[in-house]
Parts: sequence; C-alpha cells; structure tokens
Amino acid sequence: MEMTKWLDEQGNLIGDVAVPSDDVLKTMYAEMKRGRMIDTKMFKMQRQGRMALVAPVSGQEAIQVASALVLNKEDWIAPSYRDSVATMLHGMPLENIIRYFKGYSDGGGAPEGVNVLPVQIIIAAQMLHATGVAFASKIKGEQARTVTFFGDGATSQGDFHEALNFAAVYKLPVIFVCQNNQYAISTPVSKQMNTETIVERAKAYNMAYEYVDGNDILACYDVMKRAYDKAQDGPVFVEAVTYRLGPHTTSDDPKKYREQTEEQQWQQKDPLVRMRAFLEARGLWDAAFERAIEDRASEEIEEAVAKIEETPPPTLADMLEKVYETPPTLIQEQIDGLRGNE
Amino acid sequence: MSEKTIVQAINEALFHAMEHEDVVLLGEDVATNGGVFRVTDGLKEKFGPMRVIDTPLAESGIIGTAVGMSVNGLRPIAEIQFFGFIYEAMDQMVSQATRMRYRSNGRFHSPIVVRSPYGAGVNTPELHADSIEAIFSHSPGMKIVMPSSPYDAKGLLLAAIEDPDPVLFLEPMSIYRSVREEVPDEAYTVPIGEAKIVQEGTDATIVTWGPPVVWLQQVVEDYAKQGVSIELIDLRTVAPLDIHTIVASVEKTERLCIVHEAVKTNGIGAEIAALVSERAIFSLVGPIKRVTGFDSPYPAGTIERDWMPNPSRVKIAIDELLTYE
Repeated sequence: MEMTKWLDEQGNLIGDVAVPSDDVLKTMYAEMKRGRMIDTKMFKMQRQGRMALVAPVSGQEAIQVASALVLNKEDWIAPSYRDSVATMLHGMPLENIIRYFKGYSDGGGAPEGVNVLPVQIIIAAQMLHATGVAFASKIKGEQARTVTFFGDGATSQGDFHEALNFAAVYKLPVIFVCQNNQYAISTPVSKQMNTETIVERAKAYNMAYEYVDGNDILACYDVMKRAYDKAQDGPVFVEAVTYRLGPHTTSDDPKKYREQTEEQQWQQKDPLVRMRAFLEARGLWDAAFERAIEDRASEEIEEAVAKIEETPPPTLADMLEKVYETPPTLIQEQIDGLRGNE
Repeated sequence: MSEKTIVQAINEALFHAMEHEDVVLLGEDVATNGGVFRVTDGLKEKFGPMRVIDTPLAESGIIGTAVGMSVNGLRPIAEIQFFGFIYEAMDQMVSQATRMRYRSNGRFHSPIVVRSPYGAGVNTPELHADSIEAIFSHSPGMKIVMPSSPYDAKGLLLAAIEDPDPVLFLEPMSIYRSVREEVPDEAYTVPIGEAKIVQEGTDATIVTWGPPVVWLQQVVEDYAKQGVSIELIDLRTVAPLDIHTIVASVEKTERLCIVHEAVKTNGIGAEIAALVSERAIFSLVGPIKRVTGFDSPYPAGTIERDWMPNPSRVKIAIDELLTYE
C-alpha cells in the first residue's frame, strides 16, 4: 500500500505537487499550534486538580486540522474523545471542550448551527451515527458530508464493520477517518489486527480509500480534499498513520508499554516541527509569527478558563431535566425534591 | 371504521405516519418482504426504497444508524425482527439513543421508534420471544409502550412517532392476528404514559399489560359471576409508569395483583410493588401478589405453557387476596 506523503521529516517537499496558498499554509500551522497549546494547558490543569480527566491530542493535530479545513459549515463531525482539534476548528467553542473534560454535564453540547455530535466514549459507536447522519443527508437530498474520527482500536469493534458496511451498501456521503496512533491504550496495532494496514479493510467493503502520512499536514489536506469530493458518490475510508505523543489519558502511564526510543523516533516526526520547517524555508514563518499565535492562544485559553471557573457546574436537577423533553411524573417528583432542598 | 387485527392496525398507522416525509422505516426484511410478520407490507411500493429500507443483518447497525438519522432531522422507525435479537444493539439503545439529549446538553435528541414483536405463544425457536421490557425500563431516557389491542396499537404507535424521545414499541406476537376490534380508518393518537382501566371494580386490582389483558377479561368476568368485582388495569405504557392510576385503584380496592409475562425477579412488577408500598401501603389489607413468568431463561416451546402466567395461577392469587379483610 503506497502512502501519500508530501513532506519529508525535515519539512522538504517531495515530488511535484500543487501547494495551497500562503494563507492556507499559515492557517494550517497556526491551528495545529493552537491545538497543541490548548492540549498542554488542559494537561497541566488536570495535574493541578482543575480538570477531571483529559485525553491528550498531541501528535495527531495534522489530520484533524486538515479534515476540518476541507469541511463546510453544513457538514457534520461525529468525534471520539480525542478529536477536539478538529471539532474546535469546525465551530465547537473551546469553553465546551474544557467544560467537558472538567466533568461538567453540559460540555458535550455544540451550539446551534455547529454540526458536531457529543464526544463519543464507546469505541466505534459514533461511526454508526455518522452513517445515519449521512443517510439522512442523502434521503433529504442535501449535499452535506459527514466525517467521523476513530482510532486503530475501533477497527476491532462490531460497530466499525457495521458502519462501513451500511455506508457502502447505501453509498452514503461519509468519510471514515482512522487515526492510527499505534496504540489502543497499551495494545499495539499488531495485537489489534492481522493485517499490514487498516486501510486494506476498505477494499473488503468495496469503498474508496486513502492511505496517508498522518503527521504530514499537506498530504492530509490533499487526501481529505479528494475524499470530500469522492464522498458525494459514496463512503471514503482514510487511514492516517500517526502517533499519540502523550498518554492515553491523564490516568495512563505509557512507560508500561512502549519504549522511550520509540517515542523519541516519533517526536522527530512531529507534525508541527515538520510544517514549521517547511514554512520557514518558504519565508512564511518567523519568531514573531510564532509569538503572535502563542499570545492569541494564551489569551483565548485564559479567558475561557476564567469564565468557566467563575460559573458553577450544572446541578443534578439541571441534568434530570435533560433526560426527557418533558420530565415524566416520577422524574419531576425527584426534580421537585432537589429544587425544594436548594 | 372497520374490524382490524393488531397487525393491520399497525400497518395502517405506518401508512399514515409516512405521509410525513421525515419518517423513514428501516430494518431486516421490512421493505421487499414487508417484514416477517407482514407488518410493513406495501409500504415500500408506496414510499420507495429510500424511505422503506432493507438493511444489512446487524441490529446494532440498525439502531445506531437510526440514531444518526434522527440527529439529522428524520424520524426513523427501526424494526428489530424479534425482541430476543435486541441484545446485539444494547449499547446503541441504552447508552446512545437514550442519552443523546442529555449528552448533547439538549442540542440534539433522538426521536426514534424501535418496533419489535415480543413474547410467547407462537412457538418461536428459542431466543426470539423474550419479554425484557424491564431491562430497558432501567435506562432513563426511553419510553416503553406495550399495547394489547388493535385500537391502542394504532393510536400509540402514531403517538410514539410524534414523541420527541426514543420509544420502544413492543408488539404482542401471540395476539398479532387473534384479536380484532373496530379501528378508525383515519389517524389518531392515544397518549403515551396513560394506563387504561379495562374494567372497573371495587374488590381487588389486577395490573397487567400485553396479551394477559385479553385473557384476564374472562377471569374478571368469572369473578363477577360470583359477585366479586375486580378492577383490571392495562398499563399500555410501562415507562413512564402511570403510578397515579394504579395508586388510585389500590386505594379503592385495597388489594393488588400484578400479572406479567416476563421473568419475576426485578420485573416491572417489582417496581410497581415498591411504588405502591411507598405511596399506598396503609391502604393494603394484604400482601401484593405477582403472577409472572419463572426465573429461568425464556423456555423452549414445549415448556412455554407451564412457564407463562395463566388463569388458574391468577385465580389462586386473587382467592388468597380476597381472604384478607
């Protein structure tokens, strides 16, 4: 299986390819950097006891930024819990992301007009929702695409296969983006499957596919643009080969299951470092540009955190009101009991 | 208005509902074949294969796809061919459909209807006929409707399709075609969450749902001939429970017997007994009785009759209740 690759690890362009405009190139880097900073900040806050649990994205920014950049407002994302770089770029407010990982019950709600499903915890369950959302678009005669993100571990689940099969049989406008980050918590890809690549499964469903260096944002962008166009006629499967630089979550210790030399090798392939080198060589990056991104992101994070920490989380009674549209008698009695005690 | 079976009443309700273009039907064998019980007969011919959809054979796929469709503005009606097959879709039912509203902070909801034939009486092979409504009643966010008559089946299904929350609509396989009654030809709804007093009475209350509603009417009549007045309540909806109707009845009759086809332990009957104890224990003159299935896996065909509640077991329970003063 040949991998689509535009940049080598030093950020040099490989082959004769049509590079996007300078503005797009700078946005790509700025959004990856913003994602990395937010990730780092949330990780620190968790260690300070200000977040419940965080699933870090670091290392996987390229495929997420590239995916979100090709989408239009009316398109949908069905994410897992490690996709906040993509969902934020599609319109999910940073405040919601932080609230979710702080354990607030309202963090999963996208604002009106932002088509992002709640963060999915059950591995691969969101893939069927993506299939259903895309099915509805097709039935309604709408042009919207649906992108769903999942990892290498998800490929062992029944819902993964059912989603791919339903989408292929009914030729639905959905893009399945597998971020192969090499591990499902501690289990390596080699114990997850007996195939060389993940993308070869797409062939079994007679579905279009792309195999890409997930740490090369130019290649990811190219592949996702192609996938977006093809999805008009049916599902597309994308395997983005990447690496989770951090732990599975703030509760995980990767030293138990992977060698530091391996981590160091992947740090050499960091998508941000590679893109920065590419931009610098083209005269599109300098220290001032970097500082401007950092200042903007810091300000954005401080503002969001301050706002959240000033407001109390939703109460139990608030949550009970969201179980049904109108609480049935027995739930209403529980709400009344709680409100009476407030 | 004409006499219709439950199958015909449901089929007619589906024809009415699909006049709204956001309603779609999906499931195994529902389109070309019209469903294994012919409940969806004729719908594909009228509404086309993009609205009446034969799916691949995968229950989780059916429910998960329906959840996604509903998030994107459709009102999917998903069929699970036999209720015993729904275990394959447990995550999509209880962790996904029921929690979409809460997990998205109200931005999305999942107004799906999951139709499925359930229960004993037609000698299905094993693992088809389970009555596992209680399992789903333990998942807040879902409504569970279990009609026992053609009139209610049509009206409740139309109410379920309009309902903004996920509804599990369980169809009584054993009386699909054996009960007939006058059913209006036009569309109408029967409210979800309201029990029906099938027969008013003063000496004891029987609470039940599904096929027992049919044969218990004869039991009630037999008692009436002896001068004993039994109140028979058809719950129609097991979640949310119409506890007010039950409590009002028990306060009047002072005696309660719950009859259900499901396994006894942790069944809906147990919840009703607990709620009545909380709210009306001082009205009761004797213990609450339960006449139910046994605590075994749902049995093979030859044991079915012994396993299910029947008139003689109910009479033993009622006779005992009547000895309390």
